[in-house]
Order: sequence, then C-alpha cells, then structure tokens
Amino acid sequence: MKKILIAWAVAAIAACALPFVLSNYHVFQFTLVLVYAIALLGLNMLTGYNGQISLGHGAFYAIGAYCAAILMDKWGVPYWATLPVAAAVCLVAGFLFGLPALRLEGLYLALATFALGVSLPQLLKYHHIEQWTGGVQGITIIKPDAPFGLPLNADQWLYFFTLAVAIVMFVLGRNLLRGRVGRAMLAIRDNPVAAQAMGVNNALYKSLTFGVSAMYMGVAGALGAIAVQFVAPDSFGFFLSLAFLIGIVVGGLASISGALYGALFIQFVPNIADAVSKAAPWAIFGVFLIAFVYLMPGGIAGAVQIARARFLHQRR
Amino acid sequence: MTQAILHQVFAGLATGGIYASLALALVMIYQATHLVNFAQGEMAMFCTYIAWSLLQTGMGYWPAFVLTVGFGFVLGVLIERLVIRPVERGGSVLAVVVVFIGLLVILNSVAGWIFSYIIKPFPSPFPEWLANPLMSPHEFGSILVTLIVLALLYGFFRFTPLGLALRATAQNPESSRLVGIRVGWMLALGWGLASAIGAVAGMMIAPVVYLDPNMMGGILLYAFAGALLGGIDKPGGAVLGGFLVGVLENLLGAFVIGNELKLAVALVLIVGVLVVRPSGLFGSVQVTRV
Repeated sequence: MKKILIAWAVAAIAACALPFVLSNYHVFQFTLVLVYAIALLGLNMLTGYNGQISLGHGAFYAIGAYCAAILMDKWGVPYWATLPVAAAVCLVAGFLFGLPALRLEGLYLALATFALGVSLPQLLKYHHIEQWTGGVQGITIIKPDAPFGLPLNADQWLYFFTLAVAIVMFVLGRNLLRGRVGRAMLAIRDNPVAAQAMGVNNALYKSLTFGVSAMYMGVAGALGAIAVQFVAPDSFGFFLSLAFLIGIVVGGLASISGALYGALFIQFVPNIADAVSKAAPWAIFGVFLIAFVYLMPGGIAGAVQIARARFLHQRR
Repeated sequence: MTQAILHQVFAGLATGGIYASLALALVMIYQATHLVNFAQGEMAMFCTYIAWSLLQTGMGYWPAFVLTVGFGFVLGVLIERLVIRPVERGGSVLAVVVVFIGLLVILNSVAGWIFSYIIKPFPSPFPEWLANPLMSPHEFGSILVTLIVLALLYGFFRFTPLGLALRATAQNPESSRLVGIRVGWMLALGWGLASAIGAVAGMMIAPVVYLDPNMMGGILLYAFAGALLGGIDKPGGAVLGGFLVGVLENLLGAFVIGNELKLAVALVLIVGVLVVRPSGLFGSVQVTRV
C-alpha cells in the first residue's frame, strides 16, 4: 500500500514538473497526450469494456471540438465553459446513435460506425451549416492565457488545465468501471443473454455506455480544439477514428491505464516515424496493430501487468 | 428533363456496376467466413497502382489489365494465408475487425510511400465509338466489363467442379472436408477471386475518381451499402444492390441533395438497412437459438 502511494506521489510530481523542464512545443505535445488519453478511455469503455466496436468515434471527438470552437468564436464563451456543453451535446448525440446501434451486433456495428467515420468530413463541409462551422476553412480560436496572474505561459497553463480535467475524467471513469455499472458492462460483453437473465437492462446499459463514451470523446475533442487552436473538417478524417482504435488496442483493451499508454503511443510514435517518410507512421501503426492482436492481445497494459506479476513472484 | 434523368440513371448504372463488383467481392468473403473485409477497397487501390506502374513501362492496356488481375489474385491468396488465417475461424469479432483495419492502414500507407499521395490520372481503355447519346465511352465500357465479370463468375460457380467445391465450403466446411475438399485452400481461393474482382473494379473506377491512395474509401462505403441493401449473404442480391446504390447516389446527388453530401446517402442507407431490415432486400433472416 505504501509503495503504491509513493508511486502515485512520484507520478504526480513528474506530471507537475514536466511543463517547467520541457520546451513549449513538448508541453503542447504532452497536453495532446492527455487529450488523447481522455478520448481513449471513452472509446475503451465502449469497445474494451462493453464489446461494442466503433470505427467512427472520431465523429464525437469532432462534435466536441466544433462545440468548443463555435461557442468560443461566435458567442465569446470562455474556453472552460465550453467543456460541459461539449460533454452534454456529445452525451446526447452518442445516446441517440447508440439507440439504433442496439440492434447491431459486432460486425454490423463496426460497419455502421465505419460509414459514420468515412462520411464525417463531408458532413462537416455541408454548406448549409457553413455559417457556424466555417466550411472547408474551419475555425481558428485563440489560446487562453493563465488566469489570476499566475506566472505561467499559455502552453503551460493549458497543460495544467488539461491535466486537471483528465484527472477528474479518469477518477470518474474508474469509479464507473470498477462499480456496479462496470460489472454490468463487462457482463453484457461476455454473455449478453446471461446478463439479461441476471437482471441487467442490456438495452439501457448499452446505449448509456455509448452516450458516456461519446461524452468522453466530446470533452477530449473540446480540449483538443483549444490546444490546437484550430478546427477544420479535414482534421477529422477517417484516420482519426482509426488512430483511436489503434490507441486502445496497443494501450490495452478493457484497461484504464491502457488509455495513457495508448495516448503516448499515438502521439509519439508518428513523430519518430515521420523522420522516415510521410506514410511511415501509418505503416508502423498497421504493423503494430496486427502484431498486438496476435502476440500481445492485452496491449501494453497487459504486458506491464505480466511483468509486474513476474517481478513480485521472483522476490517472494 | 427526362433526358437529364436518363443520363443520370445510366451514369449511375456505370458506377453502380463497380459498386456491384466490389459488393460481390465482399459477399464472397462473407459467405465463406462471415467476415466483412474492411480492407477490400485498399486491396483494389493497391492493384490499380500496379496497373498504373505497368502502363508506365509502356505496356498495352489489356496485357496490363490481365497481369493486374493476376496480381490481385495472388495478393488475395497471400493475405488470406499469411494474415487472416489465424483469426478466420473462432477469433473474436474485435480481433478480426482490428486485423482488417491494420491491413487497410498498411496497404494505404505503403501505396502512399511507394507511389506518393499525388493524384494521378488513369487511362480509360474504351474507344470513342462506344459513345452514345446517353453514356460516355467509359461508362458504357465499364458496364460491359462488369457484366462480363459477373457472367464469368456465374459460369465458374455454376458449371465447374472447383466452383461447386467453393460453394460447398462456404455452405458447410465440415462436410466439405469429409468429402475431400481442401477447405483451407478453398478459402484462400475465394480471397484470391475477391481480390481479383476488386482489381477490376479499381481499374474501372480509377479513370472516374483519379488514382490516389484514398480513392477507395467512398467507393467501399457504397459497396457496403449495396451489399447490405441486397442482402450480405446473397451474391445476386448484392449485385442488384450495388447497381441500385449507384443509381440512387447519382439521382439524389444530381437532383435532391447535391454532390457534396453524396457520402451521407451511403451512411443513411447503411444505418437504415441495418436498423430496419438487417437481412437486406433478398438476404435470409438470421435466427439464433438462445
């Protein structure tokens, strides 16, 4: 118990020290890691814990991002106030998409969400909503400065703000997944008939999971838009949805810490691979994806767990 | 006005034929293994790039066409043998989908790596004299090619022993194995055929949408819509569905919602069919015993 507390304390100190030792660009990258971690936790709830495959979750990330951008750009809403709105909008949107998804199992849900992911950029470019979305050009927003005269620059402040939101989202997510709701979600994934027989309301839990997962995506999307300062249809292409899928598979399905590993993976591996070629990151993503399915189905989180168990076993 | 509508219908039939052949390729793999191949479009795209490179060497169109179809066949067999086999039967749905997505991503980026992301024109092989008041030579020619492919496939499945063995494998692998059919190789053969059909579809659509690594994303979506509309376990239904989707897409795009929302037609069709009638127009209703 004591060791765990020490580990957490070290992690907390490292997370807080990070923005003071790194350059602004690296701080920005770590902000994005936190954003992706929130998104991956959301997708993991749906796909890892509840067994509903989504290939189009970038759509909800995009809705969240556009919510934040439109509110800030058109109505001058402060950036922090856009998060609850993005969360609420995505919760409802996810719940509504989850209702028809109830009738779809496995492969068919993958197909429907695939269609959502592929057609999303075109929907965002639709000219009747151009007055809000800015069409192909998208919307540029301004990075917020640190409040109360804190001695932080905009990148550092945004990192801490994102860190705080991420901690809240992870604590909420952990409580949700470790409790009664999480058990019901797992039961539905493993054996829907048995779950129903045990008194779990499958329809309600599945569409609620869809909604909550979309809500996490929305919060991440809003934070991501504020960090990048820009939204445009082409930044939410099909490959964004695929990047999230890759993140949860590599990080570890049905694992909370896996979300963080996956986020680090999808943020930093492309940077390293970009040196080789523009196409290289995705080739590497694809190879990793297939390799993980065959060799390490538990993802990085699973491997860490195995390594830790071996280590403890040896010492005893 | 009638002329305009007719023109759109025939243009729709031309692209619909391409959706129909891709939908057929999807159905062939679905029938044998109950998997939906998300990488089908990228496989076709990759084959089309091979055709393009062959043409760059100065080879005639039709020899390049035949070689590309052969390449498509080998690519399909190799992918089935090397990548899909371990998850083909008994793997979880998620593992299967993830492997397909991995393939999609790899083929897409390798094509971009080798051939660059610059959009390239792709020649149409059809002579000018095929032109008529309703269709351009390419539209007419690609309908013709689609029909020839469908006729060949029908002949293969209906009249040859190998075709019969393939159908038997799709329907009942255990019994097929008992009567001496090499089930594993039949599945590989099915993949090869599906990939070869995809190669034809890719070469037929490339002059219309131009060649680039992402050209098949939308096309595959329409093929999905066609396959689902017709019934994903019925080859004939899928073909009809593909043609229907092509015509619908063109008519709605030209007269109702405009070209910029064409992909949404596919989205609405897919979600609509899955929710209202998952078995499609002609598919068999799935009943599971609890």
